[in-house]
Amino acid sequence: MAMALRALGRRISHSDRFFSSLSEAAKPPSDGKLINLFTAINQALHIALDTDPRSYVFGEDVRFGGVFRCTTGLTDKFGRDRVFNTPLCEQGIIGFAIGLAAMGNRAIAEIQFADYIYPAFDQIVNEAAKFRYRSGNEFNCGGLTVRSPYGAVGHGGHYHSQSPESFFCHVPGLKVVIPRSPRQAKGLLLSCIRDPNPVIFFEPKLLYRLSVEEVPEDDYMLPLSEAEVIRQGSDITLIGWGAQLSILEQACDAAAKEGISCELIDLKTLIPWDKETVESSVRKTGKLLISHEAPVTGGFGAEISASIVERCFLRLEAPIARVCGLDTPFPLVYEQFYLPTMNKILDAIKATVKY
Amino acid sequence: MSAFSAAKILSPPPFVARFASEKSLCPFLSSPSVPALTRSALRSIRLLRTPLAVSSDVVIGQKPLASSSSATQNEDVDREVALVLYEDMVLGRFFEDMCAQMYYRGKMFGFVHLYNGQEAVSTGFIKLLEARDCVVSTYRDHVHALSKGVAARAVMAELFGKTTGCCRGQGGSMHMFSSTHNLLGGFAFIGEGIPVATGAAFSSKYRHEVLKESNPNGLDVTVAFFGDGTCNNGQFFECLNMAQLWKLPIVFVVENNLWAIGMSHVRATSDPEIWKKGPAFGMPGYHVDGMDVLKVREVAIEAIARARRGDGPTLVECETYRFRGHSLADPDELRKPDEKAHYAARDPIAALKSYILEKNLATESELKVIEEKIDNLIEDAVEFADSSPHPPRSQLLENVFVDPKGFGIGPDGKYRCEDPKFTEGTAQV
Repeated sequence: MAMALRALGRRISHSDRFFSSLSEAAKPPSDGKLINLFTAINQALHIALDTDPRSYVFGEDVRFGGVFRCTTGLTDKFGRDRVFNTPLCEQGIIGFAIGLAAMGNRAIAEIQFADYIYPAFDQIVNEAAKFRYRSGNEFNCGGLTVRSPYGAVGHGGHYHSQSPESFFCHVPGLKVVIPRSPRQAKGLLLSCIRDPNPVIFFEPKLLYRLSVEEVPEDDYMLPLSEAEVIRQGSDITLIGWGAQLSILEQACDAAAKEGISCELIDLKTLIPWDKETVESSVRKTGKLLISHEAPVTGGFGAEISASIVERCFLRLEAPIARVCGLDTPFPLVYEQFYLPTMNKILDAIKATVKY
Repeated sequence: MSAFSAAKILSPPPFVARFASEKSLCPFLSSPSVPALTRSALRSIRLLRTPLAVSSDVVIGQKPLASSSSATQNEDVDREVALVLYEDMVLGRFFEDMCAQMYYRGKMFGFVHLYNGQEAVSTGFIKLLEARDCVVSTYRDHVHALSKGVAARAVMAELFGKTTGCCRGQGGSMHMFSSTHNLLGGFAFIGEGIPVATGAAFSSKYRHEVLKESNPNGLDVTVAFFGDGTCNNGQFFECLNMAQLWKLPIVFVVENNLWAIGMSHVRATSDPEIWKKGPAFGMPGYHVDGMDVLKVREVAIEAIARARRGDGPTLVECETYRFRGHSLADPDELRKPDEKAHYAARDPIAALKSYILEKNLATESELKVIEEKIDNLIEDAVEFADSSPHPPRSQLLENVFVDPKGFGIGPDGKYRCEDPKFTEGTAQV
């Protein structure tokens, strides 16, 4: 209960835009049970299928529950007509999902690992993103939600660890959303499914079992395109998303011991991203550090950096730091050297603050 | 009763001939002796007829006929060949068992997919190939690598992630490559290897026909292995078309083990008989019992000879089964015990062993000697892999581009890859 009140307090204390958007966010969330990420996503899918009779969940191996158990129990409850396995053809899965969405259904497609999304990249970029635009709003595939586990997991290697979010951030017409914890995931996923635009929802696979939180059992949605300030600070602003936030939190704690007060922001929605929240934070602190697992060159941190420089150039006291993956394919054995670890972030925090 | 319920789909009466005489039936073959009219007439006849293929005895209840030259099935192999096959299959089996042990001891990590039960396919095909022939595989590639000739030491070291591995520790379980043995990889992504194999086959044909680098024994053959799930993927169909269009020296081998992680092949495919997709594109399609190495070998002899002659591609569907789960992380709860028992009774190694003993090609003790030899080989491979060094940290940046200096010059005027801070990721770029 205390945790719920604290969470509510945090929400009230920052941007009043929260109240003008969904009113559900203002109600105190009921006491939830401690569950992990895949259970939260499972609950969200149950609710989504419950509330809309024309919503469908499909993908590879989803019927028995999926390789990460996110879809357990859905077939038993909703039947094989709504929750079904597809053959192994990502391009076909997403194209098929776009067709479903174009005819007014909610298609929740699962791509088993984000590394496998590339055959579907053509359909997502050329069809899903442009459907409404090129048909002059005659048709749209707003009902499309693509869910996919992404990110490093410790032993994934080249093709079970990639973070492809920046490829999709470059496409106007798509939304990209990444949750950091079970409670966020459930609310954000329900928002994504109900959002009238095509959304790619990347789930940090490392957190499927590791991240445990109290999650309300009822139907609630969290607003998209609103970043959240998780931790207030005054010396430097840190931005991240997904699993990287837990690393950033550790770095914040370590920096606090050295007297540096860090403000931590969870971007949540990568496009369209909440520039106002980030800008107001940078105006407060004057320094910015962005961290993500994807390779640094052309990663989404580059977009954040460029936009903030445009908006806050005179306020910045140090170059914007990006602590990201290296510019190599995701390595097999040397994952810990490739990834932006806590020590790298701490080094960069100190270097930036002392600039 | 076989779990391969396609048996119910095949229509009686059982067919006897194989889809062999492409010259008369295939309209795409430009044979000057066959005028266009006859070709289209033949084509319509062909369309009316059910496509023919060799079937496994599970499906039809008949023994297969594989080649037109030898009408008998299970043509007797001599002792030498039988022992080579036996040794190769035992090597594959023992190696995979050792992999499982090492995995549970934490020596290797990540996603490891074992080949137990499917050895007949790998041995049956790859032991017929020469060093110049290419093999393209999937993530279940350890045994393909071993059959092709990659040393057990190199494969084990690669699994452990050591520098002495066949890919210097950078590939891992799913990416076995060897340029000396023309092993064009393990592919984690299903279907990605098939177009690569098609390109390799094109290269072989080009060298032979255009560059005139002919080998008196014929073209270099490429053999592409992939699973049943892949046969629903677009890349598979694209490559069947291209290979037949350009008459490439390639053999497409489907290792149909009925399951794609948890998805049953029969429930995911509109027509589960994959061999039929060959004739749809104009190439012969075979269905063979993949648990019997001799039957696989017969079909393989024909398919590889076809490719070597320049007659084009072949699609071979091997009905096989994996005894373990999809990967070592798979609890394997979805497959029914009686299905597993059915195939366990058809263990290819046991089948070959009883064949060898029955035909008196070798004694029990000689086979034991082979098994001990393989045991020692594998123990040696594990020791070698254990004692090999881990890759140095500098290897992290190597092989991204040809020139590691592709990372550019840093602000201090030196090559960025030489800057120790570069690997730390404090990207003040």
